[in-house]
Amino acid sequence: MGNRWVAPKRLLFSNSIKMDPQVIIIGAGIAGLTAAGALAEKGHHVLILEKEAQPGGHVAQWDRLFPSRRPGSEVLDHIRKIMDGRVEIKPGIRINGIIAHDQDFTVLTEEGTSYTGQALLIASGFRLFQAERKEEYGYGIYDNVITSAEVETVFKQGKKLLTSKGTLPQRVALIHCVGSRDEKVGNLYCSKVCCVTGVKQAIEIKEQLPQCEVFSFYMDMRMYDRHFEELYFEAQKQWGVQFIRGRLSECSEAPDQSLIIKTEDTLTGRPLRMIVDLVILLVGFVPEPETGKLVEMLGLSTGEDGFILPSDEHYNDNLTTVPGVFLAGAVKGPATISNTIADARAAALQIDSWLKTKP
Amino acid sequence: MKVEGKRRIWKDYQKEIADDRYFYVRSCVRQNFFPASEKMFFRILKEELGKDIFENAAHTTCSGIGYHSDVVPFETTMTMVARQFALMTESGYQNFTTSCITSFGLYTEILETWHHFPEVEARVRENLKKATGREFDKPSNLSHASDVIYKFRKEIGEKARYRLVNKQTGQPLRCVEHIGCHYSRMFPGKGVGGAEYPYVLAGMIEEWGGEVIDYPERRHCCGFGFRQYLIQANRGYSLSCSKKKFDSMAPYKPDLILTNCPGCPMFLDRWQYTLSEMEGTTYGENGQGIPVLTYEELAGLVLGYDPWDLGLQVHQVPAEPLLDKMGIPYDSNRKFLNRDGQSMGRPKAPSFLKFY
Repeated sequence: MGNRWVAPKRLLFSNSIKMDPQVIIIGAGIAGLTAAGALAEKGHHVLILEKEAQPGGHVAQWDRLFPSRRPGSEVLDHIRKIMDGRVEIKPGIRINGIIAHDQDFTVLTEEGTSYTGQALLIASGFRLFQAERKEEYGYGIYDNVITSAEVETVFKQGKKLLTSKGTLPQRVALIHCVGSRDEKVGNLYCSKVCCVTGVKQAIEIKEQLPQCEVFSFYMDMRMYDRHFEELYFEAQKQWGVQFIRGRLSECSEAPDQSLIIKTEDTLTGRPLRMIVDLVILLVGFVPEPETGKLVEMLGLSTGEDGFILPSDEHYNDNLTTVPGVFLAGAVKGPATISNTIADARAAALQIDSWLKTKP
Repeated sequence: MKVEGKRRIWKDYQKEIADDRYFYVRSCVRQNFFPASEKMFFRILKEELGKDIFENAAHTTCSGIGYHSDVVPFETTMTMVARQFALMTESGYQNFTTSCITSFGLYTEILETWHHFPEVEARVRENLKKATGREFDKPSNLSHASDVIYKFRKEIGEKARYRLVNKQTGQPLRCVEHIGCHYSRMFPGKGVGGAEYPYVLAGMIEEWGGEVIDYPERRHCCGFGFRQYLIQANRGYSLSCSKKKFDSMAPYKPDLILTNCPGCPMFLDRWQYTLSEMEGTTYGENGQGIPVLTYEELAGLVLGYDPWDLGLQVHQVPAEPLLDKMGIPYDSNRKFLNRDGQSMGRPKAPSFLKFY
């Protein structure tokens, strides 16, 4: 049965559907891909609809992953092997309607095509916080203010982290909680991955630029998961990264395009002004706007944070209030890659169980 | 720096500004500090733009200085503001325009308070009625006077006799814009351009031919801050604030500083003199200071009004270098004459700051 789904060798896209899928997955990030692989392994026909041109979601853009710093591509390759030849992915799909029937769902696209499946898994992930919204940090205005995602792009391309003038930065400031735990931008939640991403990137900068001083400005260091605390210690003891407890108040540009940042060292209770060459904003998660449309189409609910609410946060974390509609990954809120993969597998089991018991 | 990044933010903070029939309330201090500015606002609106602007002689302070100094309770302040609104209502106007930034911030704060706590508004209405017998409508539009000049910056630009361009070099004048803290920091959505990159003054500068300087301490307080200045022991901090700004802007060689608050031009102007006397430091070229102007004064210069009719002679930092750059003629012999042509007396020249 699995041979009917053509995606030879890599996550290539097929233009034809051999038969109606049993499960339609919206989103080809790690949640969607993992769930697809797990469902395919159980013999289900799976179709993934992806809005981007390429699958892989945010992980495909990320160089190395915390805490082990393994390449993100390794994780995607692993998922790809499970899926190979068994799952079809439709790229560049814009959904403009979902019709729920008694026994199945029909997904309508802007291109005028439709896809019908018995179960629907929403795995459309998240969007990175638009750093421009923290206006006082000057992203999009000052050339040397960049985001953590841009740092990953530089590393992924095997390039050196440079200032806008092409010089090696002598001082870099990493700013935590950009768009997270911030009432001013309306996001009260923690994005869960930024603290450890900041620690990882601080180490990577020191590895690449040993002469560079690296400062991390944080509210709390939330090193909650396995190996996180060890990484945090490594950054301090082995690499000399300086962690300063204080939230950035503003960033300005000096005549030489270096940046003047103002904050408070809340452990010493002193205001602090510092000149750095680069400011890296550790941007958090926000709900994907396209997902909001799905929520409306299906009559689902979101929390105050804008992420989708499952039918029960403890017992039915992958289920929604609509039978046959399931959730996986960061559509429910910020999550690490490990958590997302585990959650996607759990969703696949729930869908498998539901398809088997379906009248 | 990418200006388009700022323009993107400016788009998000556009406010509605009434286009006619303004009920105007004055500032407590501007008539002393910069006496011609408010008069010039009337002249520009009435004579240059043909607008209806009215003030009621019975209007008072908004009590903002007392409120922010913790000597006037908020309940009292709200009732005084309600009385101002009653005067507007009785005068047949709906568009409320303030001369003072602190007042603008306070009116905004009170209207927001009433919006979120209608029971407070009801109590204030009752208090006002009991105390004065007055009733009021809330303004349908609240603007600061700089908003109004911003709104008509193009019309003023079309009538301009002089532009913010160095007549000798043909280059745009380099302008620092300094926004009063109470303009948009408390309510970014109530100010043109928001709180971080306000556009209300930058828009005037751009329209009239100048170039806006973005310097590192652009957001820093001018040093007025009621608690910094009203408490004598804190005045060193006030001076430090201004010095920090001057030190930060000086490398950009600004030709002028444009302000929209009663306190900012006062302190950015007077403290330049104080710093020059204390340290021998001047921030302009060749011992000159950096002229500090209100938006009405700058609009008046652009429109071709006589600099001495605009009150520029009462500035501590002489405006002559700016007038020379813009090619504006002036009669030095008239500088210290009053409106009746009598001498007001020539002030003693500072020790370091170049005097004209």
